[in-house]
Amino acid sequence: MDVFIAIVQVLDSTIRLSVPLLLACLAGLYSERAGVFDIGLEGKMLVGAFAGAAAASVFHSAYLGLGMAILISVAFALIHGFASITHRGNQIVSGVAINFIAAGSTIMLGQAWFQQGGRTPALASGERFGAIIWRGADAVRGVPILGPIYSELISGHSVLVYVAFLAVPFTWWVLFRTRFGLRLRAVGENPAAVDTAGISVAWLRYRALICTGVLTGIAGAYLSMVQNGGFVKDMTAGKGYIALAALIFAKWKPVNAMFACLLFGFLDALSIRLQGTPLPLIGKVPVQFMQALPYVLTVILLAGFIGKAIPPRAGGVPYVKER
Amino acid sequence: MSTPYAKLPAWADYGLIPVINLFVAFVVAGFVVLLVGENPFRAAAVLVEGAFGRGQGIAFTLFYATTFIFTGLSVAVAAHCSLFNIGAEGQAYVAGLGVAIVCLAFDSVLPWWLLFPLAIIGAAAVGALWALIPAYLQAKRGSHIVITTMMFNFIAFSVVVYLLVGVLKPANSMAPQTRTFLDGAQLPKLNWIIELFGAKIRSAPFNITFLLALAMAFLVWVLIWRTRLGYEMRTYGHSPKAARYAGISETRIIIVAMMISGALAGMMALNPTMGDQHNVALDFVSGAGFVGIAVALMGRLHPIGIVLAAILFGMLYQGGAELAFEMPAISRDMIVIIQGLVILFAGALEHMFRPYIQAMFASISPRTVGMEAVKGKGA
Repeated sequence: MDVFIAIVQVLDSTIRLSVPLLLACLAGLYSERAGVFDIGLEGKMLVGAFAGAAAASVFHSAYLGLGMAILISVAFALIHGFASITHRGNQIVSGVAINFIAAGSTIMLGQAWFQQGGRTPALASGERFGAIIWRGADAVRGVPILGPIYSELISGHSVLVYVAFLAVPFTWWVLFRTRFGLRLRAVGENPAAVDTAGISVAWLRYRALICTGVLTGIAGAYLSMVQNGGFVKDMTAGKGYIALAALIFAKWKPVNAMFACLLFGFLDALSIRLQGTPLPLIGKVPVQFMQALPYVLTVILLAGFIGKAIPPRAGGVPYVKER
Repeated sequence: MSTPYAKLPAWADYGLIPVINLFVAFVVAGFVVLLVGENPFRAAAVLVEGAFGRGQGIAFTLFYATTFIFTGLSVAVAAHCSLFNIGAEGQAYVAGLGVAIVCLAFDSVLPWWLLFPLAIIGAAAVGALWALIPAYLQAKRGSHIVITTMMFNFIAFSVVVYLLVGVLKPANSMAPQTRTFLDGAQLPKLNWIIELFGAKIRSAPFNITFLLALAMAFLVWVLIWRTRLGYEMRTYGHSPKAARYAGISETRIIIVAMMISGALAGMMALNPTMGDQHNVALDFVSGAGFVGIAVALMGRLHPIGIVLAAILFGMLYQGGAELAFEMPAISRDMIVIIQGLVILFAGALEHMFRPYIQAMFASISPRTVGMEAVKGKGA
């Protein structure tokens, strides 16, 4: 029974840790499927986290915080669009720039506005997203096997967790069952064809980037308003890059993205759980090994040793209408 | 890939446009300073004063510049081959291990002038090897170099932390760093050069690696514009198809370019370790690999431009430290913002002002932009 409880706990923290990855990964999915590489996921999450926590603590409202997180994150997505769609700049360079601007400005503005060394004030309970306890979660806790699964795994998360997991089927529906989704995928594969059909490539890509911004904003809000009660500098700590790795791992498909993010979240949860405890047969696994594993797996996948990851064909290429 | 823009005279392309882009980046940075309630002009004055006001400041500026020359060259060499090496950070980080091994093994036996070349080889070799795997994967298996080098940054970080905490740390110490290097692995300072001009320096880490950086800048110029290999790299960079048609081996050129890039990034490790701290510690790279991207873009991938851009960023780093001290509302992270803005305006938005400048040139003198003057048409 102890083993079972331990497993449920690891899975529970897997869910918590994979939510920001999942949101960022789906965010990247929209923009990369539309043919815009976005390594600025990290930066957009970071500004989202900062804007969310700052607004929540100033206005004392979690939802205003979330709104602000989305707003600022979309603004950064539009900067990326302005550089890489309108001015046909290098998309990777633009993403790198956004990451730097985000990292610097969140710390500097945080320090200037709140004077707590780059942190925002600790959020009170009304300013955060609290856990939602599902009906009967406490009553069934005692039931063997199903009880803990229901009350720990399914119930008791914040609203953003459910939003993240609902975003998976929603994204699938948008991409594969709507006209917008068809066009979005087309513009990532062959923008000239979309243009010939009389649809604006630039406007379509901008809309995809707005979707990206909304999702990274929610991801950031989750970090600073659910996982942590306030913003801490550099709190994304490479999650945007892991999300990008997960996106490649998922071969740019929404449901795969969920499983990839759960896998990476699981590795993270496991490395926290196993810290210092030796495993049978293998002995002590260094923390650094577990931390590096998602990246190593992605490299192996990219090298084509586990299936082949083929990116959208027009990814990274600015569209030039005529020469 | 053909550019959708007409030609400008060289001085405008390489001089005017970067200056305008830089200017815009600083104007936006000025707004950020306003946002935190300080005077941007005073901030700029403090920054320049801190970087060049005293001999001490100049020495620190050049010390930082040394680091950025290496990483800037690294990014530029790869970029000439149309490869975006975002992994200079990781390459420099593991190269620190190369430096550490050479220094820890020989610092009690060899004098610095024998150890330094060995350490250069060690750093360059490890950096090049770390770049080899992404290069091989790009060339042979088609995995995108940006993603793999980025992943390798994180892997490098884990590897170095593991080795520093577990293997290289002396048994009796808590801090995750190697033991302090002995005299043999401490590089001589160059502060006396600045003192020749009458300035006083208490202590600054400006050291002989600076000369190595300048030598490398020259060698990169020779490589790119005066050798067959460089020609092949540029050909591949402009048009992989043309390169293939000309019989240039794609695999070879990608791997060679990335290994040179990695070696240059690796040499960066010499400056903070042997030149300043005299050990290899956590975080000795501290973002220099990413600054290299900004430096290379600013310098328009030319060694002279890179050296100048590196000095500019050295100035920002040194002046930024003074600025944080003078104006408490502005932290050192201001530099990170400026860095981001420079990458944005000099890199991603480099074409933003081009049409206007072209129009301006065309109206002043049409021939400079390659247009024939319109004759015989009455207005």
